Parts: sequence; structure tokens; C-alpha cells
Amino acid sequence: MKLHEYQAKELFQKAGIPVPKGRLLTSRDKLGSVLEEVPGPPWVIKAQVHAGGRGKGGGVRLVKGQGEAAEAVAELLEKPLVTPQTTAEGVIVHQLLVEEGVDIDKEFYLGMTVDRKLACPTMIFSPSGGMEIEEVAKQSPDLIFKEPVNPATGWMPYQARNLIYKLSQVPGGSTVKELSSTMKKIYDLFVANDCSLLEINPLVITKQGSVIALDAKMTIDDNALYRHKDLAQLDDPREKDPLEVLAEAASLNYIRLNGNIGAMVNGAGLAMATMDVIKLAGAEPANFLDVGGGASEEMITKGFEIILKDERVRAILINIFGGILRCDVLARGVLEAAKKTDIDVPLIVRLEGTNVEEGRKILEESDLDFLVARDMAEAAELVAKEVKRQG
Amino acid sequence: MSILVDENSRVVVQGITGREGTFHTQQMLAYGTNVVAGVTPGKGGQKVQGVPVMNRVAEAVEMEGANVSCIFVPAAFAPDAVMEAAAAGIRVIVCITEGIPVLDMVRVANFVKEKGAMLIGPNCPGIISPGKTKVGIMPGHIHRQGSMGVISRSGTLTYEVVDQLTKSDLGQSTCIGIGGDPIIGTSFIDHLRLFKEDPQTEGVVLIGEIGGTAEEEAAEYIRAEFNKPVLAFIAGRTAPPGRRMGHAGAIISGGQGRAEDKIEALQAVGITVVLNLAELGDTAKQIMAGQ
Repeated sequence: MKLHEYQAKELFQKAGIPVPKGRLLTSRDKLGSVLEEVPGPPWVIKAQVHAGGRGKGGGVRLVKGQGEAAEAVAELLEKPLVTPQTTAEGVIVHQLLVEEGVDIDKEFYLGMTVDRKLACPTMIFSPSGGMEIEEVAKQSPDLIFKEPVNPATGWMPYQARNLIYKLSQVPGGSTVKELSSTMKKIYDLFVANDCSLLEINPLVITKQGSVIALDAKMTIDDNALYRHKDLAQLDDPREKDPLEVLAEAASLNYIRLNGNIGAMVNGAGLAMATMDVIKLAGAEPANFLDVGGGASEEMITKGFEIILKDERVRAILINIFGGILRCDVLARGVLEAAKKTDIDVPLIVRLEGTNVEEGRKILEESDLDFLVARDMAEAAELVAKEVKRQG
Repeated sequence: MSILVDENSRVVVQGITGREGTFHTQQMLAYGTNVVAGVTPGKGGQKVQGVPVMNRVAEAVEMEGANVSCIFVPAAFAPDAVMEAAAAGIRVIVCITEGIPVLDMVRVANFVKEKGAMLIGPNCPGIISPGKTKVGIMPGHIHRQGSMGVISRSGTLTYEVVDQLTKSDLGQSTCIGIGGDPIIGTSFIDHLRLFKEDPQTEGVVLIGEIGGTAEEEAAEYIRAEFNKPVLAFIAGRTAPPGRRMGHAGAIISGGQGRAEDKIEALQAVGITVVLNLAELGDTAKQIMAGQ
């Protein structure tokens, strides 16, 4: 689960990591009072959306007075923002963060993530702040410094020195101490909140020599939300596709894609492979839907309903390899969904595995209209043909 | 031969009294697996499917000689269950549980390594040595005893592959689902090492997916040390970046984990990568016939 910048910064502040003074703006008529509370001008007005690349999309504005601020707010608030990471339609901006301007001397990147290979949290530090870290990693990997953390000891102060003294220009005065303390607090925050990613880009040193987190990005491990009820409440469903929100409530893994073939598969790996096969057959999947290894009849019904709600869908492919999920359960779930909603698009079913005979029989004996595919290749070809036939 | 588990494996099922634990204990027994004990704290003394239930894994080791564990404990309690098994001296631990927080797995993975145990999973279908034993949730009837090793990050996708292998007259020595999470107990390489030494295994199918760099690391190991034919498939060639594709570990992020890069790395060391999953069985047959 992704947090908004302002939400992450509130957590930063509580953890003692300095951030610029700022206020959240959700309606245009509050701008005057917000500007009175935030030191400035200059101010920085930042769109609060989960998509990255906000700066490139014009979602971050430096304004030098009240007039400019009002203009920026008029252009951003409740308007779509297109960034390199959004669709061409962009995402609607519902909230703006208004912050004081900061006199920047130096910019760094500071982040923490879990290194899959080493199986431990790893701090990443780079003097190339303010740029996309993936680009830095590609162009100049020698400017990315890493410190894996031993889970038995936690973050140790020497590790901060390992990172900071790698800089070609080590900052003077008390700045080293401040950087070091920020790193320790980042590790503590990362662990305390079960983060899968925590990024400050840029972390800046001001002309006055203090360290400030100018940006804040936090992603919480979905699997750990059960023990962070407070964080779970920070979820912003407006950032998600409505069908994805429905699926989430039913514990289904659904991701909206750009095509017109609705797909329902059990298991994430098989669902991905099914998408790939559909594409190889010359068609485009409308979604990724993994009903899970152990889906119940209700979950199958729900998943099928979600696919049918998608108006773009011109044909549906069900690909089930029964393991824990038995084929007869799948068949009953589909029939249940068919009772509630009219299925007005061709349905292609491929069943294999546990209780496959029983599952096939249930479908055949119903009045449901569907095509049977013997294997994945045939399923993909049939579904592609159906879509092409419709033109 | 086979690897990790065989007819001598004595299995303890942790979480045996739960719905999944009970169902799959019955399925494993039906396959011929030697399930010698179950563990559910507080329910010691009961029986499930005729299998004695104990309060602790250590009792199952002492009293029944359990040497393999299969875990069906809910995510919040699974880290403790894995560590209990490792501490009790179990050497092969299969964790089926899905949804364990990553930072819990950081502690678990390090602990298990310290104890010298092998953890398969979490979030995996388990291990099967066809004709001998099955420790997990895969449908046993699609497997045949034979000479192909299978290592996979996925569950149902593995069933699909095994089904095709069997239909192509290629049986399996051992099939391992290593799990779909970002942090898992064992990697492709750990199992390739075992397959290398296993005389029954003549070829290996490697099933990867987007996310991380495990396939790239496996490619490098195969180039340097592995001398049996390897066939690979990578799921998620059409997956959009930044989205978690069901498995917590299946995500393209930070410019890492793309299917194209994995396929390229595997092909670069001479491994055949099947691009259309439907053709896997036939391709495997051709490769093995050429040996």
C-alpha cells in the first residue's frame, strides 16, 4: 500500500526527521488561510498522487506570491495530472501539499528497501539526489552506495559513516551527525511500519547546513497491514481503479489492463502465463485476475461479476488448473454468477486438475453457453478468434 | 534417487487441525506420504485422519522421528512455526502459508540458515518426488515418476508444466515450488546443486516469473557449474511495471525484474527458453530426445 507524500511526512515528523513546514489543501477557498500558516513566499505546491514522475508532469510548482499560488492551485486541484507513470488520461489530483520553499545547497538520495538476494533491509545512499535513482544506477552505478542491515543487530552507527564518508565532498560542521541520525531514524521507521520501500529524494542540506527531507515516499507491505490498523486507514481508494477496489474487498488479485479479453485464472503464475498466451495469440487481456489457489465458490462468483462489470470485455477466458481449488467449485461459482448477470459475450472454459470430470459435467448439464478448450493454446486461439469475429 | 524428500521422509504437519491442514493431510496420506505426526499447540493428544497430534514439533521429532515438516499455519503465526521446526532439528521445512510479512521472513530466513535447515517457500505448493512421497498441496495424479527435475516460483503454473511433461512421457524425479514471495528460504541455485548430484535427474525445467533477479543468478550458476540440459519458462512477459502481479514477489520495480532481461540472461548461457507455455511439453521432449 502506497502512502501519499503528506502522510509519509507526518510519520517522518513524529519520528524526528525534519521536513519543510507545510499544510494540506483540499479546496481552493482554503488557500488564503493555508498560505497564512505556511512560511513564505516562496512556496512549493505539490500534487498528492501515488504516481511517480510528478515533477516531469508539472505536478510540482514553485510559486513566488499569492497570485501565482492561486493560479497553480486552479490548474492542479481536481484536474487530471499526466506523468510518465500514469495513463494518457492521467490521474485526478484531489489534494495539494503547500510547503515553504527551502534554500538548497546539496541534494542526496536516501532510501531503504529489502534486498531479496541478501534477505535483509538495505540502506541506499547517493550524492545524485533529485534524479530518478534507476537512471543513476544505470548511468553511474559507482554513485550508489549500499549498506545491508544485519537483522540481529539492526542499523549500527558505523554503517552511516560507511555511507557518508564515501562522498567525494564530505559535508562539514554538524551535518555528518545530522545525516547519520536521519539514517538511523529511517531504519527505525522502516521496521516499525513494515515498509517495503522508503525513499527520500531529495534529502537536502540547506544553505544553513541543516538536513531536510524534501520529499517522502513510503510503501507499506500489504501482508503486514493486519498489525498496522492505523496505517491501513491511510489507504486512498480514489487512487485505484473502481474494479480493483471491488476485487480487493473480495480478496481477489485483480489488475486492470488495456485489452478486451476478460480472464479468470487460479494462481498468479498461471494468470501471468495466460495473459502472455492471449497476447501471443494476437489478442489483448482486459485484466489480470488471480482467484487464488484456494478460492471458494463465492470468490469465483465475485470474480466473474467483476469481469462482467468491465464494459470493454468482448470475450471471457476461464483457465483453471485445479489444485486446492477444485474444478467442481469453480463450475458452481461460474453458474452462480451467470444466474445473477446476463453473460452477453462468448465464454471459453479450460479446466484441468482436481475433480475436472465433475466440473466439466456441472457446466455441460447447465444451460450456460460456452466453448470448451482442451489446453491453453486452444483456449487462447478460441478467445482471440471470438474477438476478431466481432470486429 | 530424487532430492529433498523420498519414501524415507517422515512428515510432521504443522497446523494439522485447521481446514487446509486436515484436507491436505488426507491427500498426502492417500498419495502414500508417511505423515507421522501433526502439531497444533494446545491440541496434543487428538488424532486427525489417524495421525497423532502433538503440542510441539520437538515431540514429533523425538517420538515419531519426523524429519520433514509441512506448514499450514496462518500467516501471523507461521514465522514462529518455521523457526520451531528448524530449532527442533527438522532439516527440510515446507511452508505453504501465503501472506507472511517480508520483515518477518528476514528474521526467519536468517534463523533457518543458522540452524542448517532448508526452507521451501513460503507461499509455495511444496515438494513432490513422484511415486515416493508428496509434501504439499499439488494434485498428485498429474505427476509420473521419471527423470525431469522441476523448480518453480509458482503453484498452478507448475501443475500446468508437470501435466504437459507427463503427457509428453517425461516423468519427474522431484518437483519443487520455491515460492512466490520476495524472500524465500531457498533459491533456484540451492536446488540445481542437489539436482546436479542426483543420478535420477537427467534434465531440469526452471519456471520463473517477473520480479527480482533469481533467474539471472540461476543462469550464471548453470553456465559455470551445471551440466544437465535445462529448459526454462518465464511468466509475465506482458505484465505492466510497478504492479504486484498476485505474488508479492512478482513485481517489476526499479528497472529490475523484467521478463525480457531474464529470458536474455538464460538464453545467453545456452538455455532453451520456451516463449509459448503451450509448447513446453513438446520442446522438453525434443531436448531430452537429443541427449
